[in-house]
Amino acid sequence: MTGTTLLSVEDVIVDLPTPRGNLRAVDHVDLVVGAGRTLGIVGESGCGKTMLSRAILQLLPKKAKLSGRVMFDGQDLLQLSPEKLRKLRGRSLAVVFQDPMTSLNPVLTIGTQLIETLQEHLELDDAAATRRSVELLAAVGIPAPEQRLAQYPHQLSGGMRQRVAIAIALSCEPKLLIADEPTTALDVTIQAQILDLLAREQRRRHMAMIIITHDLGVVAGRTDEVAVMYAGRVVERAPTPALFKKMRMPYTEALLAALPKLDAAPHTPLPAISGRPPDPTRPLKGCSFSPRCRYALARCQNEKPALEAAETSAHQFACFHPIEAHADANA
Amino acid sequence: MMLRSAPSISSDALLEVDNLVVEYPVGSRIVHAVSGVSLQIARGETLGLVGESGCGKSTLGRAVLQLRRPTSGRVLFDGHDLTEMQGDALRLMRRRVQLIFQDPIASLNPRRKIGDIVAEPLVIAGVKDPEKRKQLVHEVLSAVGLDPTPVVGRLPHEFSGGQCQRICIARALILNPEFIVCDEPVSALDVSIRAQILNLLEEMKGRFGLTLLFIAHDLAVVKAVSDRVAVMYLGRLCEVGPSEQLFVKPAHPYTALLIEAIPMPDPDVRPAETVPVGEPPSPIAPPSGCRFRTRCPRADQRCSDEMPELRAVAPSQFVACHHPLI
Repeated sequence: MTGTTLLSVEDVIVDLPTPRGNLRAVDHVDLVVGAGRTLGIVGESGCGKTMLSRAILQLLPKKAKLSGRVMFDGQDLLQLSPEKLRKLRGRSLAVVFQDPMTSLNPVLTIGTQLIETLQEHLELDDAAATRRSVELLAAVGIPAPEQRLAQYPHQLSGGMRQRVAIAIALSCEPKLLIADEPTTALDVTIQAQILDLLAREQRRRHMAMIIITHDLGVVAGRTDEVAVMYAGRVVERAPTPALFKKMRMPYTEALLAALPKLDAAPHTPLPAISGRPPDPTRPLKGCSFSPRCRYALARCQNEKPALEAAETSAHQFACFHPIEAHADANA
Repeated sequence: MMLRSAPSISSDALLEVDNLVVEYPVGSRIVHAVSGVSLQIARGETLGLVGESGCGKSTLGRAVLQLRRPTSGRVLFDGHDLTEMQGDALRLMRRRVQLIFQDPIASLNPRRKIGDIVAEPLVIAGVKDPEKRKQLVHEVLSAVGLDPTPVVGRLPHEFSGGQCQRICIARALILNPEFIVCDEPVSALDVSIRAQILNLLEEMKGRFGLTLLFIAHDLAVVKAVSDRVAVMYLGRLCEVGPSEQLFVKPAHPYTALLIEAIPMPDPDVRPAETVPVGEPPSPIAPPSGCRFRTRCPRADQRCSDEMPELRAVAPSQFVACHHPLI
């Protein structure tokens, strides 16, 4: 890892009380993001990836219990006052959510929402804030930006709304942008445009980014490092090229294998992962993936493997029976 | 186990859609959802229908089943024109055709037990003997990989999305239909569950001798199950061809764009930054001529003046483009 550490997540646990008992959404997670770097967090619904991002942003549900430490730019976010946190969010720590319709206010114009953010954090006067808003909308590829300022979110398409949400997130030059499934609600050609836009703006602003997604395809070409989550834990973490070249955790391998491939012949049966993720209110004693894992042995059911490094310190995985480097087990 | 049907259009078409038009009013204006689509699906074949949101693919699926009556055109199912049918005749015909929706949880009545939900088509079809119904429900639930005894007495909320989709598939299969329209059946599911459901659909197709119209926006998913693929853009078909061929050698610039835009799970494949900007125009005021021309790098004057018709560019591959890629 080169450069300075911008964000470090240390032993974070998020517990949510539910009528069925305690739900451990995030279970002892450690992560580091360097300044200007991109981390992809990959996992399926309910794996805790969104709760983890909420923990970083300190936007957890009120009932949630959080423990651990989240250090951002030299400050411990868990110790900050609500006032200081609010100043930080939107300014140096920004977020783009999956559904731009829920993050934009439907009764305010695009212009009001952009200008409000700029004035709140950067103390610009009206003229300067308006000028900057137009620049931002143009930068995210919105045609006729001056006219858009007077429009409401419902007058824009889903892709255009997501561009507006990105413009707001970028407006105060954040140091870290968290993009939580930013393209899941969008069509594939629009998705490509939005991902390109995020990559371009990131390079230009030397901003760090966390892309949260269920799609291994989204992280493959666009991140420096990937963390794979399963049942609340990070089960594999590696620099992106190393991960795709040499997956060690059987879950990561199974997730990739289960994707339909464009180069496979039609009607080729997919190597599906049998069963489904465990009930998060009923934690397993051993490895959470063991009931679905084809390599699992007795030890996997009784003991939880720690996230540990193997040959290189950058590549960590939580597995007693990792996939061997030479084994061509993808058949 | 899999039945591999010939990718070419055989004379044995189970479904024939002829110049289908679906338009509906929105305020004082008209949405041109489907504008003159013709296609055939052979018995035992899976035709994939891909396109982005708002391209009219779901409307086409519904119009085929007469859940939305088309404005004009014909839908021949096993030689019978469904658009001419009314009342009992249409209801009888509907036993032979079924539909599976995108959101499996929303398509199950939350207050009814699984056993009743799956038996409902039998009740409507007039199977009066409860024992017979129970036996058929158990059979079909087992077929889709659920253990019938504990399942029948439970409510939909007790099941995950993947299990609910299995229940929907069971309900669609119970009358032993010949043809199923699957409308985005796996888009709401996680990757690991998606593969299970796709495999199940393939298995059921072989076992029940089904013909499928498989609608989805995900090209890789469509390719995994389809013999032929039809690509739709803003109410019209751009390209139709055998799936393998269409992906290796797309003829329509839109097909090529869709393929290029798929994020590949391989870090060595750098994302193509050539995807043109722009979004599909509104189906209320579609462009003249070729509807893709406003986003197409190859468009010229002819494309705005003249609507391209589907024509053959390779064996069994048809494209509606004045400047095809092959």
